[in-house]
Amino acid sequence: MENTYTLSVFTEDKIGLLNRITIIFTRRHINIESITASESEVKGIYRYTIVVTVSQEQVEKLVGQIEKQVEVLKAFYHINNDILSREMALYKVSADALKENELFTRIVNENHAKILSISPEFIVIEKTGDEREIKHLFNDLEKFGMLEFVRSGRVAITKPMKTLNTFLKEVENNSKTIVKHFNN
Amino acid sequence: MKKHNKYNTEVTGAEAVILSLLDAQVTDVFGYPGGAIMPVYDALYDYMDQLNHYLVRHEQGATHAAQGYSRVSGKPGVVFATSGPGATNLITGIADAQIDSTPMVCITGQVHSHLLGTDAFQETDVVGISMPVTKWNIQVTKAEDIAPAIAKAFYIATSGRSGPVLVDITKDAQFGKTKYVYEKCESIRSYFPCPKVNEEEISKAAELINNAQRPYILSGHGVLLSGAEKQLLDLAEKANIPVASTLLGLGAFPPTHKLYVGYLGMHGNYGPNLLTNECDVLIAIGMRFDDRVTGNVAKYAKQAKVIHFEIDSSEVNKIIHADVAVLGDAKEALQLLLPKIKSQKHSEWLQKFTDCTTVEFEKVVKNAVNPTTEKLRMAEVIHQFHQLSEGNAIVVTDVGQHQMITSRYYKFNQPNHNVTSGGLGTMGFGLPAAVGAKVAQPEKEVVAVLGDGGFQMTIQELGTIMQSNIPVKILVLNNNFLGMVRQWQQLFFDRRYSFTEMKNPNFVAIANGYNIKGRKVTERKDLNEALKEMYESKEAYLLEVVVENEENVFPMITTGASVSEIILE
Repeated sequence: MENTYTLSVFTEDKIGLLNRITIIFTRRHINIESITASESEVKGIYRYTIVVTVSQEQVEKLVGQIEKQVEVLKAFYHINNDILSREMALYKVSADALKENELFTRIVNENHAKILSISPEFIVIEKTGDEREIKHLFNDLEKFGMLEFVRSGRVAITKPMKTLNTFLKEVENNSKTIVKHFNN
Repeated sequence: MKKHNKYNTEVTGAEAVILSLLDAQVTDVFGYPGGAIMPVYDALYDYMDQLNHYLVRHEQGATHAAQGYSRVSGKPGVVFATSGPGATNLITGIADAQIDSTPMVCITGQVHSHLLGTDAFQETDVVGISMPVTKWNIQVTKAEDIAPAIAKAFYIATSGRSGPVLVDITKDAQFGKTKYVYEKCESIRSYFPCPKVNEEEISKAAELINNAQRPYILSGHGVLLSGAEKQLLDLAEKANIPVASTLLGLGAFPPTHKLYVGYLGMHGNYGPNLLTNECDVLIAIGMRFDDRVTGNVAKYAKQAKVIHFEIDSSEVNKIIHADVAVLGDAKEALQLLLPKIKSQKHSEWLQKFTDCTTVEFEKVVKNAVNPTTEKLRMAEVIHQFHQLSEGNAIVVTDVGQHQMITSRYYKFNQPNHNVTSGGLGTMGFGLPAAVGAKVAQPEKEVVAVLGDGGFQMTIQELGTIMQSNIPVKILVLNNNFLGMVRQWQQLFFDRRYSFTEMKNPNFVAIANGYNIKGRKVTERKDLNEALKEMYESKEAYLLEVVVENEENVFPMITTGASVSEIILE
């Protein structure tokens, strides 16, 4: 059975490593639904958050292949219950929306979004939330004429309390093994 | 001879390449010069007495030579190539080394760093192209980064599950000046090449083995890579466990030993395949359950508990579920396991293998090695060659029917004497790999057994043999077909021989053109004497043996079939 998994991959900072990781998915004909990369709380260590819909067996093998890369410190996978995740979206709608100001403001407020910029031609709205909430606001705003829409990849924090530094110490002491969830 | 007071003077990046190789104990390099790697070749000019360079005729040949070199010596093979086409020509060999876990360090020249991404002359993104087929790769754009990159490259290529790495060096980095410092790389924070063997898993494995009625060892390439031949023998003898070998594992266990039951896989021996589905404990050591070994995985050893000794954790549960997985070096793991193993007989179980050997001998082997056909058969050639060389030659094969016949009928007495392209099945591998093997082991007899198809894929390496005076022996089994594909066309495509028939040149004349002696044999009466002449020649020698056109290799596990459905004819 397929499920949505969020992978957290901790790596050294090296040109081309992202490519090495995405190749693992491409080769197995698996589509990456979203991917984000940034420096983690530990200087020099990068964190990739990758979202895929695959079977449990597939995600285990993916993590195994990712961890095999020389510059990958550790890779984890999580089901949605184990993480808090957010995406950010920007919506550009026609300034005509202001003709229905009351309705427009109500939609923005009810969706916990905020207006980032207003110009004579267009308005930019910013929204942080999960995939469903972002889609919901998209549907609501569409009636005003959606000029542009952009959504970030998922960023996720895991619920169990264990810091990256603890893992780094473990990693330095032990061999690299697949850890299924942060709390295992 | 250039004596470099290397730690005090500034050197060019190109010289740093050569000095780093010397510091990494490299003695031999296979390569081909070109624009972007000219500074390295210029630096090499001063070190020719310390570093032997073999000029190949195509960069692919350099990679296979490096593989052959590595497989018989355990040392990493080293390759030089230029940018662009030079670099892309390496890809097949790199992919082959990756899937067969062969340590290899490729050094490619690259255009000036300011030209990267401009579609400059002979610019290609070799780091990007080689990424899926290398264990690790890197592009270096500064002279001072060269020595550390090369040190790291050797460490990664040779540690853990070994494999190919590539270091791409821009021309300005080669021209740049740097203080030369070489520090051997011995660890990388994010890299754990060899897991520590877990004693608990060892105990679990011992318990399964001690309680087994029908234990069965599958020995793979990992046994050879870790040098665990003695430990494997001790384990097998202590508990009287039958041992079968994968293609790349041949030679790890003595072929004449009573516990050796044969060769696994699609064209392997009858018993080892069939009885996989009758054992109760399957002990896989340093092997990865390749599909040529397992046949249909859904019907593979379902009745058995599986113990998997493996250095690469991503191989565990990849194809076959392991009830016990012992991660780590095979030698270390078997050493820990041995004292826990109880002595056993398993006579009835062993008898089953003997019975299967008899069946296979009657149905297949007898006719293959002593045929009544008018034309020569491949198996009798290899069988006679085996007897002549007493199983002691380094035998390098290409890919196809002759390869399967050689693995079946040549009994490798010693480890690291079987050199073949397993996982990738690269036609054209044989001749250049034999060149590399002979360079690494000049005292040994090295014989390349080739088909007429594969030979012609890298036939230009006869030039390397001529120029560097490398006395390899070449045994071409010529059936004027791409035999393995033809066999499949016959069996599964209704004998529609679509583009498998080969119109071949005069191979002996070609050899002679390269100043290599040669002879062609078509009749049985001349075979033995011709093989002897080839084997005993002090120089390179080509023997073409014309064999039966439409011979099939049996036994065979057809696609989708289970190992227990192996057919004998």
